[in-house]
Parts: sequence; structure tokens; C-alpha cells
Amino acid sequence: MTTVETPTPREMTVIYSRADRIFRGIVTAGALTSLLLLGLIASFLIFRSAGTFREFGINFITGTEWFSDGFREVGDESRADNSVFSIGPMIVGSLVVATIAMLFAIPLSIGGALYIEFYAPRSIYRILVAMLDLAAAIPSLIFGLWGIEIFTSFGVRWATFLNDRLGFIPIFSVEFENFGRSPFVAGCVLASLVVPITTSVAREVYSRTPRDLIDTCYALGGSKWGAIRSVVMPYGRSGVIAGAMLGLGRALGETVAIYLMLNLVFTYSYEILDSTGGNVASMIALKFGEATDKEISALIASGLVLFVITLIVNMIASNIVQRTTPRA
Amino acid sequence: MSNVVQASDQVTIEPQRPWAVKRVVRATNAGRLALFAALAAGITLVSPLANADGWALAFLVVNLTWTIATAVRLGAKERRDAIVRVVVSSLAFLAFVPWLSIFISTALKGYKGLYPGYLFNDMRITSYDDELTFGGVGHAVVGSLIMVAIATILTLPLGILSGIYLTEVRGRLTFMVRFIVQSMAGVPSVVAGLFIFATVVQSMGRYSGLAGGIALAVLMLPTVSRTAEEVLKLVPDDLRSAGYALGARQWRTALMVVLPTVKAGLTTAAILGIARVIGETAPLLLTSLNTNGFMWNPIGGTLGSLPTYIFAMFMYGSEFSVARAWSGSVVLLSIVLFFFVLARRLGGRSEKRAKAGVGKAARTSVGTK
Repeated sequence: MTTVETPTPREMTVIYSRADRIFRGIVTAGALTSLLLLGLIASFLIFRSAGTFREFGINFITGTEWFSDGFREVGDESRADNSVFSIGPMIVGSLVVATIAMLFAIPLSIGGALYIEFYAPRSIYRILVAMLDLAAAIPSLIFGLWGIEIFTSFGVRWATFLNDRLGFIPIFSVEFENFGRSPFVAGCVLASLVVPITTSVAREVYSRTPRDLIDTCYALGGSKWGAIRSVVMPYGRSGVIAGAMLGLGRALGETVAIYLMLNLVFTYSYEILDSTGGNVASMIALKFGEATDKEISALIASGLVLFVITLIVNMIASNIVQRTTPRA
Repeated sequence: MSNVVQASDQVTIEPQRPWAVKRVVRATNAGRLALFAALAAGITLVSPLANADGWALAFLVVNLTWTIATAVRLGAKERRDAIVRVVVSSLAFLAFVPWLSIFISTALKGYKGLYPGYLFNDMRITSYDDELTFGGVGHAVVGSLIMVAIATILTLPLGILSGIYLTEVRGRLTFMVRFIVQSMAGVPSVVAGLFIFATVVQSMGRYSGLAGGIALAVLMLPTVSRTAEEVLKLVPDDLRSAGYALGARQWRTALMVVLPTVKAGLTTAAILGIARVIGETAPLLLTSLNTNGFMWNPIGGTLGSLPTYIFAMFMYGSEFSVARAWSGSVVLLSIVLFFFVLARRLGGRSEKRAKAGVGKAARTSVGTK
């Protein structure tokens, strides 16, 4: 037997010239700007909201009152400042609306993505993909406009139906039969806003399914649904979850669409068909106009809460994306 | 053997596609769907179902019923396949309907307010609920373009640098930078607005277009960085190796081979970023507010923009002002569409070029010395 001597790989060294090092330094500095920016945003929000958190403590998150003592003149020390700021109902409202939106958006986007990738005729495939990207670029303001002027009439009909048939379930009960500005209708609009984002992520993941695996499935006598269920869906699961998380982040932080669609009411409300609700982002936009200095600090504190929530959601999402996308 | 084909024989082989759906089958399917549509319309008329959503529900029920009824003959596997096909198609249809509805309703409701002067007039001497033949959106378009220009100037270099870092330099922080960029894409727009308000607006002492532009830049940076990275990834490593083989250092290879190859792609990155932020409303409500007249100075005080124009018109709430909001939406959507189509055309071209590995600039700038 002859032994084959395997050559040891030569050690490779890279020596950067001074110009290269300068170049790499500049590029690194540029790339770190986004890191710096994110840090700046966080520290500024913390810095400016410290006063509010010190004054109201945990009550800021759990309380249900937002009262700005606006009539008190600046520098008027003759009576105490009676302002109370807390955003409990708005946090719950954000979660309620976003949950409704995701309940609609996830099945729709999985269906949409599967259809585009596996069912749509090849002749319209490119058009559908382009339309999907375009839909993701429609400003949320226009979604809000469309929601209140066009969609509300449909949404109200569905809400009435739900209330008629399922009104005995607490979350579908209402105090006043006026469904127009309910979290349910707003959630539907938010769903249509989120669907393009989640669909395009899901489609992208599905399109990366190895063709061989799908063909193997067919060769073994599998139907299209069989291939999708046993190959495509498992392969794309984490990508779809990441897309859904990105969508959730978007839904939680949505401002104008919710501003236009909902009445902001500062009470805890879980009745999704009742015309009360709100979310943190739209509250910031609403209260900002006539805010006093102290109220601005409270708004920035609300912004910080929103920032932390969406950042966590997005970090989970981008972590999943990074772990699952094959390295180039 | 007798049936060996000689090279000299003129044998043409017609490509066969036995799996292709026959035209007859396709026509039958289309006819059936049309029949179902009519049937659903009939059901909608006589039953408590009403309007477009009722029709869609009836259509789905009819379609599903037929599928299940005919699938009884098939095996379990085929039956499930047929049912899933209907369900997936319906879900996709539902997912697509809102956007179609948005495009159509914006066009239908917005065209009334459009007249030749709409793009060139402002609202300085027109009240919000004047007749639709007065006033216009010119000042808002100008304001939007100014702020988007500021945002682009700020983000394009940074985005390209972070793209180069992720694809060329590949330092120790690669994972970190990519992670942060992706997380930043999720910063709510209103939070970006608040941040710029607390820093730029309060230190300048007034609202301004500059503040609005910077707020947009915060939102635009992740999009530009990510697209720039995607584009730079497409550059084949052969090109880089060629640069090194010619004796170029890394910086020369990056700046004179890689970047010129993807010039069009980087333009795409900028344009996609613009399309993403030009409709942002929330940050502008906190940083640049609204004006009614033309204004060219980005630091001279409040600066109107298309989104805040639409927002103000809608909140005013009169018949004509809401019509103006829709007309403004037509303009805004047209601008988004314009940038979008531009990005796709440029992007398609650059992708082809990068894949072919024949950047014209790449050939001329290194090879001739």
C-alpha cells in the first residue's frame, strides 16, 4: 500500500498597505454609523424621559390616566403641577390591534406567497412579484385614508355580523353598536398594510427551497400539496416566522393609519368591536401638537417604551433571518 | 442497427411538453370560473350576502363545493391537493385585493381634483375647502423633494460604506453591523421623529425641512444599506481577483473595480430608499409640520410636504378638502410608482451586468495602465 502524502496547505497572510488600512478605517467608521445612531437614539430617549420615569415610576406603564395640567402658566409656582401621565391602555391597545392584524396577515401572506411561487401561471409571476414590492412601498397614510373612506363600510358589516352571532363572547360584546372606529376594523386595515411585508419575506424564503427536493417529492409520487407540506413549509418555516416578526414590529409602530382609524380612549378595553382603543405611536402623534414641556418628556418616555418593544421584536426577527439565510 | 440517425440526415425534433396544460383544459377552467362568478353574483342578489365581500364569499363557497364534489372520485391525496389549491388561491386573492382596491379607489376619488395647475400652484391664497379648480400641491411636492434630497445626501454615502464593509472589508463587526442595520429597519417612524425633535428641532429652536430630512434619513439608512449590500454581493469574486492580480490594492479594487460595476445598482439602492420614505407622515408631523405656500429654504421654518398636505386636508374634513387629500394621494402614489419603476429598470440592468462580470468601467479603469 502506498501512502499518499497530503500537502499541507500553505499559510496565507494578508498584508494591508497603509492606504488599505486608511480605506478600511474609513469604511468601518461609516459602517459603524448605524450602530452609533441606534445608540444615540436610545440614549437620547432614555436621557429625556428620565424625569418622567422618576416621577411616575412603574405607574407610567400600568396607569390609565393622561392629564396635562396645561392651564398652569410657565413658571407659575402658586399651585402644584397636577399632570399625570401613563400609557397602560395604549400599550394594551397596541398589542390588541397588532394581534388582530397578525391573525389576518399570517394566513394571507402564507397563502399569497405559496400562490405566487407555486400556483400562479408563469406568465404573471413577474408581474405579481413586482406588484408585491410596489404594495410594500404604499405609504401607510394612504392605507389609513383608504381604510377610513373605503374599507370601513365593509369592516363595519363584518363587525356587526360578529357581534350578532358571537356577541355572547366577552371580546365581541359592545357597549354601543357603532363599529366604525373599532380595533377590529383598524386591525383589518393594519393587516392589509402588513401583508405585503410578510408576503415578500415568505415568498423569498419559499423561492429558495432547493428545486431538487421538490422534484424528489414529485418523483416519489407526491402531489403539489405534498411537496409544499413536506418540503417547502418546513424549509421556509423560520423565514416565515421572521417575516411575521418584522410585520409585527411594523404593526406595533404604525402611527398615521391608526391615528386616522381609532378613537384614543384611556381605559383598558378588550372589546375589539367597541369604538375605543389606540396605540402608543398614534397617541404620540395626537398629543404632540399642544404638548407642554413636561408632556413632551412623557411622550418621549412613551416613545422609549415603543422603541424597546419594537426593537426586541425586530432583533428576534433579524436573529432568525441571520441564522437561517445561507452565507454568501 | 437500421434506425441510427446519420449526421447528414435532416431530422428536426419538435420539443414536446407533455405536462403542459392543454388549451382546451385551460379554456374549460376559465369558463367554469366565469360560470361560478355569475352563480355567486346570483346568490349574492337573493341571499342576505351583499356587496363585493359577499360575492367573494359566495364565489369561494361555490368553488369549494364544486371541488369537493368532483374530488370524491379521486384518491385522498388528489382530493386534498385540489382543495388546498382552492384555499391557497383564495387566500392569495384576499391578500391582493386591498392593494388593488387602494390603487383603484385613489384613482377614482383623486382624479376630480386634478387639473393642469394642480402641480404648480400652492394653497397660499386658497382655503382648504375652496372649489377644486383653485390651489394645488406644488409647494408640497417641492417640500417633499427637498427633504428627500437631504435624506439621500446623508444616507447614500453611509449606506454604501456599510455595504462595502459587509462585502469587501468583512471585519470582525460584520455580524454586528448586519444585525444592527436589520434591527434599525424596525425603528418606528414616530420614534425617529421624536428623536429628531428632541435633538435637532429643540436645539435649532424651530421646526424645519432640515430636521424633517434628517428624520427621513434615519428611516432611509437601513433600506439603503441593505440594498447596497445585496447589490455588492452580486459582484463576482473573479472581478476582485482580477483587480488583485493586476497589482491593485484592496482600496483600488474596491473603488475602481467593484463600485463602478454596481453603479446602477447603488442608484437603485438610493431610489428604493426614497420610495420607502417619501410617504412617511409621522416623523414629519413632529419635525417639519406643514405650510401652505412655496418655500425653498430648508432651515427657514416649517416646510410643507406631500404627506402632511394629505394629512392636513383629510383632517380638515370638508368635502373639497377630502377630495384634495385624495388628489394629493394620486400625486404621492405616482411619485412612488415612478421611483419604483426607475429602480426596477436600473436594478435589472445592473444585476445582468454584475452577473456577466463585464462592468465597462471596470475594464477601462484598471486595464489600460
